[in-house]
Amino acid sequence: MKEILVIILSAVLVENFVLVKFLGICPFLGVSKRLSTALGMSGAVIFVMTITSVVTWAVYRYFLVPLGLEYLETIAFILVIAALVQFVETVLKKTVPPLYRALGIYLPLITTNCAVLGVALLNIQKYNVFEKLSLAKSTLYGFGASLGFSMALVIFSGVRERMEKADIPEALKGFPIALIAAGLVSMSFFGFQGLFR
Amino acid sequence: MLTEVIVAVAVLGGMGLLFGLGLAYTSRRFAVEAEERVAMIRQVLPGANCGACGLSGCDAFAEAVAAGKCPVDGCPVGGQKTATEIARILGVESKDVKRLVARVKCAGGNSRCGTKYKYNGIASCRAAASLYGGQKSCFYGCLGLGDCVRACQFEAIKIIDGVAVVDENKCTSCGKCVKACPKNLIELIPESCRFTVYCSSLDRGALVRKICSVGCIGCRLCVRSCPRKAISMVKEVLARIDPDLCDNCGECEKVCPTHSIRCSDTLALENKSQAG
Repeated sequence: MKEILVIILSAVLVENFVLVKFLGICPFLGVSKRLSTALGMSGAVIFVMTITSVVTWAVYRYFLVPLGLEYLETIAFILVIAALVQFVETVLKKTVPPLYRALGIYLPLITTNCAVLGVALLNIQKYNVFEKLSLAKSTLYGFGASLGFSMALVIFSGVRERMEKADIPEALKGFPIALIAAGLVSMSFFGFQGLFR
Repeated sequence: MLTEVIVAVAVLGGMGLLFGLGLAYTSRRFAVEAEERVAMIRQVLPGANCGACGLSGCDAFAEAVAAGKCPVDGCPVGGQKTATEIARILGVESKDVKRLVARVKCAGGNSRCGTKYKYNGIASCRAAASLYGGQKSCFYGCLGLGDCVRACQFEAIKIIDGVAVVDENKCTSCGKCVKACPKNLIELIPESCRFTVYCSSLDRGALVRKICSVGCIGCRLCVRSCPRKAISMVKEVLARIDPDLCDNCGECEKVCPTHSIRCSDTLALENKSQAG
């Protein structure tokens, strides 16, 4: 139980994908303008990242390792993620149309989200370090990472909604101030370093 | 060495093939019966995504029309042509759509209507209007700072001599400018009605005469001259032509002492020569 908590908390706080590892900055800045879009994107990311960590784990363990093709992991994972997202989209469209509509454009956008590829690759790194990280733990880590992504997105959308009304110097309006604010939020997350030893 | 390459290529290629086949299968298996008509309707729409229909864009409109939630003539930009096409696709009758055009009901340009003060603020009618109703002497007049020009996606509006003028050929009656004007000067009027009172002033005639040379002074000559009784008075001071009754006889233009009633055709010609 304690281990589960540690994995989730470290993925969410200590190794926050956006604010500490700087992965997935594009959607982080792109869809954080409003809370509603941020929530939509978060839902899609949680969904895809969790499934991705399961599938890529299986592909790596049962496909690449036995064939001695570990060096192809990146390209193989890109292939897997792209196909997976497409698959999920098709299935969702048919089976759960409300969810499909809620996720909307964000679902296909995730295909090229580097945080998703990052979760797959980091899982494999951990797999090699921790002597065959189990599927359950990989999945948990992927889920935790996506939660961290969502949290960063939601927090930052709150920041940006407030910035709309702030009196910002002309030269910094728009993206510059967003990047500065992102840096500040990120710095606060570095405070979680060393939470677990 | 070579075997490694072949294995790598074979594995990745195999995976790609596998996923491709899988996706092909799922797309067949989970195919959603897409409304064929939606795509067809989408094709005949103008595709400007201007939102004049009240929906978020042409795609949304196409879906709504196919679902029967929107009338076939709901797209003001496409007008009659699009409505007929959509009606053909859906197999229903379309009513004749009257083409509307936006008209700015003010002709008091800089040479005809003076100013209260010198406005040096940001170039926006909305901003100017918040300062004592704008710099124009006439409270109801066009401020000529181009909020409507910026709102128009079709480049149909120009500022000529400090007054916004709509090019009726380019106007699609999307209504964006109507919303943008802080003075509510712009109205969508059926194109068939060629005569319009180019004044919105609700001031008394004496005051209008003092500040503007082309304002409606509420003399009622036009009301009396109109053979079809299409002209009425708004609040007793401003003439208004009912476009449904007007048959474009032109009597009102002839009798109007201040020339605030004009035919849009001659006005367009004048503006063309003025804009050079």
